[in-house]
Amino acid sequence: MNGPRGLSPFNVASLALGLAFLYLPIVILMIYSFNASRLVTVWGGWSLRWYQEFFQDRAMIEAGWMSLRVGATSATIATLLGTLAAVALSRGEGFKGRTLFSGMLYAPLVMPEVITGLSLLLLFVAVNAERGFWTVTIAHTTLTMCFVAVVVQSRLTSLDRSLEEAAMDLGCSPARAFLAVTLPLIAPAIAAGWMLAFTLSLDDLVIASFTTGPGSATLPIRIYSEVRLGVKPEINAICTLVIALISMVIVVASLATKLSGAQRETAAPL
Amino acid sequence: MSGRRIFARPARLGAIAPYLWMLLFFLVPFGFVLKISLSQTAIAQPPYLPVFDLTQGAAAFKTALTALSLDNFRLLVSDNLYVFSYLRSLVVAVVATAILLVIGYPIAYGIARLPPRWQPIAMMLVIVPFWTSFLIRIYAWINILQHDGLLNQMLLSLHLVSVPVVWLSSDSAMYLGIVYSYLPFMILPLFATLAKMEPALEEAASDLGAPPLKVFWLITFPLSLPGVAAGVLLCFIPIVGEFVIPDLLAGSNSLMIGQTLWLEFFTNKDWPVASAAAIVLLLLLVAPLVVYDRLQRAQLEGAR
Repeated sequence: MNGPRGLSPFNVASLALGLAFLYLPIVILMIYSFNASRLVTVWGGWSLRWYQEFFQDRAMIEAGWMSLRVGATSATIATLLGTLAAVALSRGEGFKGRTLFSGMLYAPLVMPEVITGLSLLLLFVAVNAERGFWTVTIAHTTLTMCFVAVVVQSRLTSLDRSLEEAAMDLGCSPARAFLAVTLPLIAPAIAAGWMLAFTLSLDDLVIASFTTGPGSATLPIRIYSEVRLGVKPEINAICTLVIALISMVIVVASLATKLSGAQRETAAPL
Repeated sequence: MSGRRIFARPARLGAIAPYLWMLLFFLVPFGFVLKISLSQTAIAQPPYLPVFDLTQGAAAFKTALTALSLDNFRLLVSDNLYVFSYLRSLVVAVVATAILLVIGYPIAYGIARLPPRWQPIAMMLVIVPFWTSFLIRIYAWINILQHDGLLNQMLLSLHLVSVPVVWLSSDSAMYLGIVYSYLPFMILPLFATLAKMEPALEEAASDLGAPPLKVFWLITFPLSLPGVAAGVLLCFIPIVGEFVIPDLLAGSNSLMIGQTLWLEFFTNKDWPVASAAAIVLLLLLVAPLVVYDRLQRAQLEGAR
């Protein structure tokens, strides 16, 4: 009904320039990770030298492993809690403390990370918790469950509720109706929520810096301390690997979404 | 209708776990920030004097209450370093958000004008960089902007400059980094409102003889204001507290408040002052946070 709207040359130019701006730096970084030369000024031919260097860097590998574990654990807990929160907000009607609840879920989305990190650290210090894997995981869960809640909630809001009602009219218990009707319909949004939570955790520097303890640095913390000392080709290689990993997660998840046959109803990515 | 009611109860029960989690790990920690911002710095581990210990009973609580000090907050308003940090953060956030709006709007508008089947692909292309790490994207720019980086090489070989330009450690590099990192946050809400707009309205205006710019100012822009507000807040609030981008790209002679807080905490180990700085930062953001919360709620719960 909208029909193809006219694209003016101005529209085309802003699209092309915008996408080039977003992608060029990343593409350049990836290309230079294969540069045999140590100097950025010199192209020394294609080489996997910096990847080899990375795989021999014990500290960096350990940090990467730590990040993967924190990311997978926190994303899983966050997906569980965030989905429950989204269901409560969109299907729970009014309940006591609802305003506070939704406020607590939306605020962390924009809250400066220095504040979230500092406040969580002070909590952990006050209860004398040993800082390391679990404190970072809890911190990341707190942040990312809010993103999961928003993604799942926007899907639930756009869902046709008469489907659930029909199931219950036909004799399903509420739990059964939820498991048989609602859950399959919001599954793609839940998957997208998990991915978002995982990549946000993999990405976070500030909150992890506040909440981690000695000897358990995450990958961004290691990368950050190296980057402060200047550009190193090895960092290019690590960044390329991280980008490849994240792209793989995105591709696998969107394929899974397609296979589940619900691709038309995927929620907005954010 | 009755189905809805039955469904509501288990849904509410499900809220208990995330509710408790957010109370414990989001709300309660602010209490600790407030408490420590009122205590005194000490050379100890942890580096602050305990303000009160509930186990000692009411009398101890009373004496502790009199020992509370606003010294840290006095320091924040009297020391130019902090005042300038706050001002600089606000200025940077305003300028960067304005640039983001000017750059993001045409891109969002362009995507909204694409044939409908192309729109999801274009949006995907905008969002994918957002999935890749913040730190990596800033690092990518350091690669380009450094002394012997690609930009200088290009300018030198085109004979546009005779000596390499210093790009890093400057405000322009910082703005570039911020705009680059936050662009998807601006485009996303703008696109959402622009895509929903009825094209017949614009067509009617131009059929009635309005030139394109006038159509934009009288029809398109006013109708997209909710998206503009969402995009502006989604960028402005986190930019005020930004740490990584100014730390890696801007010079070190003037700091944003996120950097000052980080410095107080990690380098000076002055936790009480860092906590006070966080409280003041939070107070600055209360108004935009409330507006943002309203918008978010209207968008997500409007269809209820």
